[in-house]
Amino acid sequence: MLRRFRLEEPQSVAEVSELLGRFGESAKIYAGGTELLLAMKEGLVQYERLINVKKLTDLAAVKVAGGSVEIGALCTHHQLEDSPALKEKLPALVKLEQNVANVRVRQAGTLGGNLCFAEPHADPGTLLIALGAKMVAAKASSKREVTAENFLVDAYETSLEPDEVLTTINVPVPGPNGRSAYLKFGYLERPSVGVAVAFNLNGSVSGMRIAVGCAGPAPRRVPEAEALLEGKSKEEAVGRIAEAGAIAGKASQAISDLHGSQEYKEHIVGVLLKRAFQSALS
Amino acid sequence: MAKAMTRHSDAQSLPVSFTLNGRLQEIEVEPHELLLDVVREQLGLTGAKRSCDVQVCGACTLLVDGRPVSACTTLAFEVRGRSVLTIEGLAQDGKLHPLQEAFIEHGGFQCGFCTPGMILAAKALLDETPDPSEAELKHFMHGNICRCTGYKKIIESIMAAAKNLRDQAR
Repeated sequence: MLRRFRLEEPQSVAEVSELLGRFGESAKIYAGGTELLLAMKEGLVQYERLINVKKLTDLAAVKVAGGSVEIGALCTHHQLEDSPALKEKLPALVKLEQNVANVRVRQAGTLGGNLCFAEPHADPGTLLIALGAKMVAAKASSKREVTAENFLVDAYETSLEPDEVLTTINVPVPGPNGRSAYLKFGYLERPSVGVAVAFNLNGSVSGMRIAVGCAGPAPRRVPEAEALLEGKSKEEAVGRIAEAGAIAGKASQAISDLHGSQEYKEHIVGVLLKRAFQSALS
Repeated sequence: MAKAMTRHSDAQSLPVSFTLNGRLQEIEVEPHELLLDVVREQLGLTGAKRSCDVQVCGACTLLVDGRPVSACTTLAFEVRGRSVLTIEGLAQDGKLHPLQEAFIEHGGFQCGFCTPGMILAAKALLDETPDPSEAELKHFMHGNICRCTGYKKIIESIMAAAKNLRDQAR
């Protein structure tokens, strides 16, 4: 059962920001509701008002502009798994979206909502960090860009200010030598561990980015593991991948919970990093 | 901003006009009312079931504009201007849908609790992919849980219905 709340239905980002500023913590943005409504039904959170942002239809489109894919925050997972532009430019993200939860969650849930809710066991943040995505956070009369890793601060916590709205997720289009992959593993409904890699392969590995998610409170880059593979030939990098995996496991901030023990998750990080790297190479 | 009619100080009433099983339906709901409760309690269609209540099991599946949603976690006002199909609306003129026929013929259910959601999800699959591979079928249906059949007969039922529908379309 949901407790009674009031519904606001603004038509612009400025109005949303104004409502957030006016009602503070008693109001929350509502988009797909796949996470929010569950938490509200459980009584974990309670709001006097929900601000339905689905009338901001401008934010439900994917555009390719100037070397970036601009994903509107209101795009649903289903829209993204089906997007021709994304299939061409960011196939690793399409594959991730095809495997988010189940068909009903993908139908309702939005990418922006997923990121703003910052549930630790979510898939997209990890790959978006590896791909170097930037989030556009807007207020009534200003906007700023935040990197994905600086956006996802902690479990259920983002760096959005109270009256800021996530409008767009800008993902740089990988170059012709760009390689990327995201792999996850879990035995419950949500993943225990997710690992993403993105790099260029042109004789050697460059621009190596590795991100680990789900294991700990928020997805994180692993610069020490990246450095180990940076500038190496394919063969050298493959030879060092187990060491990189061990470093990434330790850096994952894995916690012991229903999804597995800390040691187990750290081990799986290594396994997934190896497989993700191999999958990106092939 | 949408102006809503106010019934009393803390209740907000939203007019919802939508198509339910092919017929225009006009109701009023409060913002917090869930589609599953409105369909079951207010409209008396009890085919969709509440089970996990967290979008995992699929027992409450309804089709909104042809796509499966979890009615347990969908706010009722969201169906404004949309078309909702429940299991009660699937048979036409007293004749069962080929999916329903196939589930009976191939033993695609035992207790029947998951069946309305299972059949509606399968309809969404076959409407967009008339000739699915078994892998496509399993990927699409993996969010619908059955604790009786072990799934084999469900897969057989959907595959048989798919073939029947393709044959009918010829």
